[in-house]
Amino acid sequence: MSTEPIDALLGKSYRHGFITDIDSDTLPPGLDEDVVRFISRKKREPAFMTEWRLKAYRHWLTMREPHWAKLRVNKIDYQSISYFSAPKRDPNAPKSLAEVDPKLLATYEKLGVPLHERARLAGVAVDAVFDSVSVATTFKERLAEAGVIFCSFSDAVQNHPALIEKYLGTVVPHTDNFFAGLNAAVFSDGSFVYVPPGVRCPMELSTYFRINAKNTGQFERTLIIAAPGSHVSYLEGCTAPMRDENQLHAAVVELIAEDDAEIKYSTVQNWYPGDENGLGGIYNFVTKRGECRGRNSKIAWTQVETGSAITWKYPSCVLRGENSVGEFYSVATTNNYQQADTGTKMIHIGANTKSTIVSKGISAGHGQNSYRGLVKILPSAHGARNFTQCDSLLMGPNCGAHTFPYIETRNPSATVEHEASTSKISEDQLFYCLQRGIEEEDAVNMIVNGFCKSVLKELPMEFAVEAQNLLAVSLEGAVG
Amino acid sequence: MTAATPLLEISNLSAKVGGKNVLHGLSLTVNAGEVHAIMGPNGSGKSTLAYVLAGRPGYEITGGGVKFQGRDLLTMEPEERARAGMFLGFQYPVEIPGVNNVYLLKAAVNAKRKATGQPEVDAYEFLQLVRGKMKLMQMDESFLSRGVNEGFSGGEKKRNEILQMLVLEPALAVLDETDSGLDIDALKVVARGVNSLRAADRGVLLITHYQRLLDHIVPDQVHVLARGRIARSGDKSLAHELEKRGYDWVLEVA
Repeated sequence: MSTEPIDALLGKSYRHGFITDIDSDTLPPGLDEDVVRFISRKKREPAFMTEWRLKAYRHWLTMREPHWAKLRVNKIDYQSISYFSAPKRDPNAPKSLAEVDPKLLATYEKLGVPLHERARLAGVAVDAVFDSVSVATTFKERLAEAGVIFCSFSDAVQNHPALIEKYLGTVVPHTDNFFAGLNAAVFSDGSFVYVPPGVRCPMELSTYFRINAKNTGQFERTLIIAAPGSHVSYLEGCTAPMRDENQLHAAVVELIAEDDAEIKYSTVQNWYPGDENGLGGIYNFVTKRGECRGRNSKIAWTQVETGSAITWKYPSCVLRGENSVGEFYSVATTNNYQQADTGTKMIHIGANTKSTIVSKGISAGHGQNSYRGLVKILPSAHGARNFTQCDSLLMGPNCGAHTFPYIETRNPSATVEHEASTSKISEDQLFYCLQRGIEEEDAVNMIVNGFCKSVLKELPMEFAVEAQNLLAVSLEGAVG
Repeated sequence: MTAATPLLEISNLSAKVGGKNVLHGLSLTVNAGEVHAIMGPNGSGKSTLAYVLAGRPGYEITGGGVKFQGRDLLTMEPEERARAGMFLGFQYPVEIPGVNNVYLLKAAVNAKRKATGQPEVDAYEFLQLVRGKMKLMQMDESFLSRGVNEGFSGGEKKRNEILQMLVLEPALAVLDETDSGLDIDALKVVARGVNSLRAADRGVLLITHYQRLLDHIVPDQVHVLARGRIARSGDKSLAHELEKRGYDWVLEVA
């Protein structure tokens, strides 16, 4: 394992965006208790938050990076990262679209991202590049009417500290894993959602609508609480690739579903995957977990993962409430030198809990794609049921697909089913389509989309179309 | 293309696949409006001929040439050939899970339209057209929303090939053992489909082992393919003779 390139990149990218005469909004690289305090103070957090962060930091010092995943990870120097940098002040941000990498713009065009959105996504440092302010306002009014709280995490800490104190870290504690611990200590911002009892959120919530959503940095934290009988669908990420050269992303997402509540969480992740030779790209180490705390509650994760150099994430469900339901639908693609080790954990605690796992891994180029999933049935989970299906599709001779299912059943009344398959995009399928006059690229997209259909249909409609386009872009040049 | 230009003109074609020479100087001309049947023993090169015409990768042309509507077919990409009106009915149609049958059909029609500068087909009209053709093929409409050939029986797959052919209306249909594995009722349905496409400006190349298909699709000419070239040609009575006497006598004469 080489330690050189990522160190160099980390150092480079962070020094790159650095202001020499220290601006009060930016910290030099490095991490210690003072940095944690600085972040908390800068965000004007109440004392309980500062203490919570410090406790996490102190525990993190005792933890080690996990290395059990099937990933080749270059060494990360945590002291070379700057843990606080105010958004919107990047002096190196492009001043106009003319300064943005044309390759990136070409991709946006293929994805059908509207022109004014392209500038925003490319990080153009112009405040008024997008004209969706009125959209955002209408949006906020409608939510307020329904009593739904949807704001940045920082705002929630200021305006709803009681909710934060009650729920923060109750699903993913700071002791959970190395990256979750780091996140707890230094997270910069993220999203907060609270849906009051009996309320069906009147629209899909998406980071798209949250102002400043894009500048939340490497350590995001999201907390979604669905009170009894409520329902919410949350869309994370944006289908256009965010060309963020920063290397490490360690986000945490916590979901809590009370009695009869339902949370649907959809992700389209398209962070910078590195170039064709595997240089650069995001290291995406994310902890996502939902707890079905109440009876008859339901949490469904749907993810389409096409970006990042490395993806390490296992959106999970803790099925505590009786009759609660956990679902995980995933498409993960790896092209060029991308690596993904992704899957889920379904922890059955309550009686008659039910989980479904559908995972589709697509490998192309030199990509390595692993499904890793745990189905755990505790003694209390009478009548628990799980169904798992994981399929892998290989494109070309140099990629790899791996499946690591872990099943622990400690209740004899449980039913666990597992199906797995690995196939190649066959020359037969491709030739069949060509013989019908269809272009090779369209044929590949058609076959891939067919393969992913059972996952894509779980996405909200408008998202599904973009996800299909995204799959096409990310697998461009994979065959032929 | 003038009226005198043959639809398909194969001259002295030689080809190999997997390092093995399979076609040895094959010549064959199909004019518009004609149905030609190609018969022959196993391993005589029938399917190779079909794949070479369709442009399947892995088949190497070692000599001769093919003109399709006067154009040099062998320099065209497989998808170009398809859009120019060359249709191959596969002997073993492949399954493409998750891709709707109707979706593939529409993509194929639109690819062809795009190539000729026409706008995309109207969704409603297209569906009406496809429904009409399905009726002719005695296929249930549920086949439209099923994955391409996914879980189809052998006979259903063959009907689906003919359905695609009817929708795409090719200038030349090369049907590779479309009759194999069909019971007599299905055979009649498939024959009805092929016959409905017969027209003065189209041609059909029927590759078959058995004479019985030719009772339902009466060919203008019958050819016996042996050892990679046409060993004998004749009218439909040749097929009856083959049925009676087998292929050996042709091989002996050749």
